[in-house]
Amino acid sequence: MFSGLMLNTWIAATAVAVIAGVTGFFAVLRGSTFAAHAIPNGAFAGAAGATLLGLNPFVGLAVFSVAGALGIAGLGRRARHDVATALTFVMMLGVGALFVSWSTEYAQEAYSLLFGEVFGVSAAEVLPIVVLGFVSIAAIVVMFRPLMLSSAMPEVAEARGVSSRRMELAFLLVMALATSMTVPVVGALLMFSLMIGPAAAARSLTARPMLAMTLSVAIALVTVWIGIAVSYQSNWPLGFFVGIMGAVFFLFGQAYAAARRRLGHTANRAGTASPAATANPAA
Amino acid sequence: MSHLLRYIFEPGFFGSGPVHVALAVGTVIAITSAVVGVFTVTRGQSFAGHSLADIATTGGSGAFLIGINQFWGYLAFGAGAAAFMEMIGVQRRRGRDVATGVVLGAALGLAALFLYLGTQSSTTTGASFTILFGSMFVITSSTVPVLIVSALLALATVVVLARVLLLSSLSPEIAAARGVPVRAVGAAYLMALAVSVALSAVIIGAVLSTALLIGPAATALRVAKGPVRAMAVAAGIGVAATWLGIVLAYDSFYWPPAGRGWPVSFFVVTLIVGGYLVTYLRRRDRREAQPEMPPEALEEEQVCSPA
Repeated sequence: MFSGLMLNTWIAATAVAVIAGVTGFFAVLRGSTFAAHAIPNGAFAGAAGATLLGLNPFVGLAVFSVAGALGIAGLGRRARHDVATALTFVMMLGVGALFVSWSTEYAQEAYSLLFGEVFGVSAAEVLPIVVLGFVSIAAIVVMFRPLMLSSAMPEVAEARGVSSRRMELAFLLVMALATSMTVPVVGALLMFSLMIGPAAAARSLTARPMLAMTLSVAIALVTVWIGIAVSYQSNWPLGFFVGIMGAVFFLFGQAYAAARRRLGHTANRAGTASPAATANPAA
Repeated sequence: MSHLLRYIFEPGFFGSGPVHVALAVGTVIAITSAVVGVFTVTRGQSFAGHSLADIATTGGSGAFLIGINQFWGYLAFGAGAAAFMEMIGVQRRRGRDVATGVVLGAALGLAALFLYLGTQSSTTTGASFTILFGSMFVITSSTVPVLIVSALLALATVVVLARVLLLSSLSPEIAAARGVPVRAVGAAYLMALAVSVALSAVIIGAVLSTALLIGPAATALRVAKGPVRAMAVAAGIGVAATWLGIVLAYDSFYWPPAGRGWPVSFFVVTLIVGGYLVTYLRRRDRREAQPEMPPEALEEEQVCSPA
């Protein structure tokens, strides 16, 4: 389980989990869950196009995920955000369907791009993943304060001169970058589950942003590690374990939040205001 | 003139059985999706609409595995997912997309498992492809009646609920004050959405189902005044895009590079998104001529335009 080739898998999956935990936290905080689904899945179309042209699929992934980010942010300026995302997404997939129909031997590769091929990561693939991972984490660290402000309190951010449109575009571009590196390894569907499940669970466990982000990364790591171990033993696909565990963590988080609210309620009646309950506007 | 017609409609277009079925079913689905979509866009549930299509296809592959009619798999998973989303908070605007995302994530995990188990027994690597994109030219005419009846049921639910649904979509507080059971109406709507989306996903695939649900409705809400007109315009756009898409796909059989025809989904999606972009850009020109209009007002106008 920890032999040479599997070591690559562990390293790559760990890097992916860290990226997914961080970007997913902001995706959930900003309510960009649909974009988190659309960008990795739409980028899949780009990979199909690149294969057709005889290019590295990586190029297609990068071009399409960035185009998707620009499309969502561009259309989202004057339209409902979910509508902008939906239309950008179906356009990318429509083009993908065209590409796939042109090529003859794509079906097998389509499966691996959608569901990932985490057990076949080569040493040459690990390096770009880790490097791009550092780049996207660094980008988030650089814009951490304005991004957090515009995600949690967009009005306050605007008043302080942080353009929410620009933050939206910047965040979507980081997500696109993270996507183009992770999709070949874990697949488009798994990348989405890994971004949303752990982050949503972390958000319901705590209202403090830094703690929630750390928790989100931790849950993503635990999910991926357990997933790889079980998947290696059972031979069932990793995507199944990650998807189900994400939902289980989320339900656990919801149950915990509900229990805490009830406790906080009794504490309030006893005369001590619960700081957690008042600090979380979403609760 | 006849040369031109022959150029547009390849010989044999009107005589082809599969084309007849595709046109008939495509029309029903386009109308249902467009009408349901007007409410989906107004309520901001595009993500749920798309997710239900993906989840329904998962159910289809599950049913295929255990050997029952795929139709029931689609319906069961679509309805089950809608109920689950409703349960864990899809009714709150803020938590809606997260709840949808969690359910979708779990369902996609199941899809991976079903496809894996499916390829164990029979080597159909094209399954993931069919699930994503669907294919309109392979509908068997025996399943057509049941599909059409279910679609009409979903359509009827939405039309009957239209008034309360509209009120509770635009202003839940006022609706609640007038005694509308907002949550029950929302749940009933989500069920109708699940059924109509599941059906269209069976036939035309998840991509096209989302495109027909959101695109025509969003375009119509930009150009039409009032909900009834928006529904009519949306249905018109949906039907036009579907027909034109089918004609083009049939024509494209001899187009380069492969000589196997381009996919219907590509044409329909392109037509729908193109139509939306036209109204989007046209509106922008007019708005730029009125710089005194604050961006909040623009947003408001679009959200409330059915009122």
